[in-house]
Amino acid sequence: MNSRALSYVLAAGALVGLTALAFAVGRYPISLAELVSVLVGKSVSANVETVVLQVRGPRVLAALVVGAALAAAGTAYQGMFRNPLVSPDILGVSSGAALGAVLAIFFSQGIIVIQVFAFVGGLVAVGLVYWIGSRLRGHDPLLALVLTGVVIGTLLGSVIALLKYLADPYNQLPAITYWLLGSLAAIAPRDLAAAAPLALAGLAPMLLLRWRVNLLALPDDEARALGVDTRKLRTLVVAAATLMTAAAVAVSGIIGWIGLLIPHAARLLVGPDFGRLLPLAMLLGAAFLLAVDTLCRTIATIEVPPGVLTALIGTPFFLWLFALARRSW
Amino acid sequence: MLQVESLAYGFPGRTVGRDVSFSLGAGEAMCVLGPNGGGKTTLFRTILGLLQPHGGTIQLGGISLESLSRREIAQRIGYVPQGHSAYFAYTVRDFVLMGRTAHLGVFSVPGREDVELAERVLESLGIAHLAGRAVTEVSGGERQLALVARALAQEPATLVLDEPTASLDFGNQVRVLEKISTLAATGISILFASHDPDHAFLASHRVLLLAEGRALEIGPPAQVIRADSLKRLYGVSVEVLPLAGGRHTCLPELR
Repeated sequence: MNSRALSYVLAAGALVGLTALAFAVGRYPISLAELVSVLVGKSVSANVETVVLQVRGPRVLAALVVGAALAAAGTAYQGMFRNPLVSPDILGVSSGAALGAVLAIFFSQGIIVIQVFAFVGGLVAVGLVYWIGSRLRGHDPLLALVLTGVVIGTLLGSVIALLKYLADPYNQLPAITYWLLGSLAAIAPRDLAAAAPLALAGLAPMLLLRWRVNLLALPDDEARALGVDTRKLRTLVVAAATLMTAAAVAVSGIIGWIGLLIPHAARLLVGPDFGRLLPLAMLLGAAFLLAVDTLCRTIATIEVPPGVLTALIGTPFFLWLFALARRSW
Repeated sequence: MLQVESLAYGFPGRTVGRDVSFSLGAGEAMCVLGPNGGGKTTLFRTILGLLQPHGGTIQLGGISLESLSRREIAQRIGYVPQGHSAYFAYTVRDFVLMGRTAHLGVFSVPGREDVELAERVLESLGIAHLAGRAVTEVSGGERQLALVARALAQEPATLVLDEPTASLDFGNQVRVLEKISTLAATGISILFASHDPDHAFLASHRVLLLAEGRALEIGPPAQVIRADSLKRLYGVSVEVLPLAGGRHTCLPELR
């Protein structure tokens, strides 16, 4: 087996192991035998069944879906913007989605409205960034896009700050803060049922275009001279990646670092080819968020926000990757 | 194969050259000589359809460039840019396979035939041993050949090379010029830019002298490359020496 195939096998193995572990550990421990019994439909105690199917099941599934979606979106953004430091945050997607959700919370809306607002906010933000960025003539188009993303992200951040300042400190502010930190604790099956199709709708074009997307990593002139309508292709892939990000963010709130870190790690293992990179990044992203979320609910008596943990793990890991792979991405 | 008729070219809102006309037949190599900022790269980008012409016409194989899609242009004309800043460590094989894009469907992945074609192209350029190496790790000369390989994988009738010898050592310059001659002999039309008039003598059938966006002269190297024309082009004194066997070389005079 070559090292590339080994990477997939190890990542898939880690994912299966972590999934079993995530079901097992917690305030109400479940043995592997009990877990298998529930999954194959044998009768077990009602408590065990409730914990596996009602409590931990949706949460584990959500961690897998959100982790894989954020990693896939990050992989697409990094290849497309020829910049390994780019992540879903850079195009204002996360800020836009956050502003949408905070706005919905501010107006005391229910969970469904919050999700719709987060989704629309993310798409509007990236649309705005893309529109302004593509109209800044006379600059490197990618630099214009990335800088516009940073500036718009900052602007949206200050609007969020204003809403937090104006929010009712007893009812709304804790909800806003909780959402901005990100959490998988309150996932309901219907949230997942709403997010999963959107994430899949974003994934489909990426899978179909998996080879052609590679050409976006070339300088624009070269890709066009090779026969690619870069504008059309880039727009399509940005839309797909944004859809995945928004779907994930709408379920889990803002969980940073995954879209930046995971594609990096995957690229070190299998190289930059998008078709090989995408599945591995999704496996690793799912495994990473599942591990983080399991840690979040078990290391302390209170839940630690996963965004805090991803940042704590992500920062040194990223610096290490950066030092290791400074020559070639 | 390539016909350019009273072409005016430049960037949106700024014309940098005009009145350029020439045609390039199958198997013919033409070298464009000109000072820095003389409009060589802009001319090439216009011929490749990357910039809108400001006037005049460009035809590829008798068909107007304007009526061709990006994909159709890429099936007819290949581009070797001046140097390539690689961002990601694609293998040379994957890099060359990107040249197959114009021959693949939108959702397709290169098949066995594409891979075999890429291997053959690498073989013909003598860099088959680099297939598994990362483009970010090979030397400048090797990367230049990989870029040529990628353009050849397009199977184009016309090849445009923008200063293919720039930043290469002497040996690699000679090797790239050899490839240009060999490729022209196989029937491909070649348009290339150089900073060295000797390269025009070595590898081209005709020369286009380009200054301030206009074609000063077009013709066979021995006819066009003279002390006075080079003086006019570059503003320096050069002696053009005939050598045995009908060859020529250019020797600048230092003051």
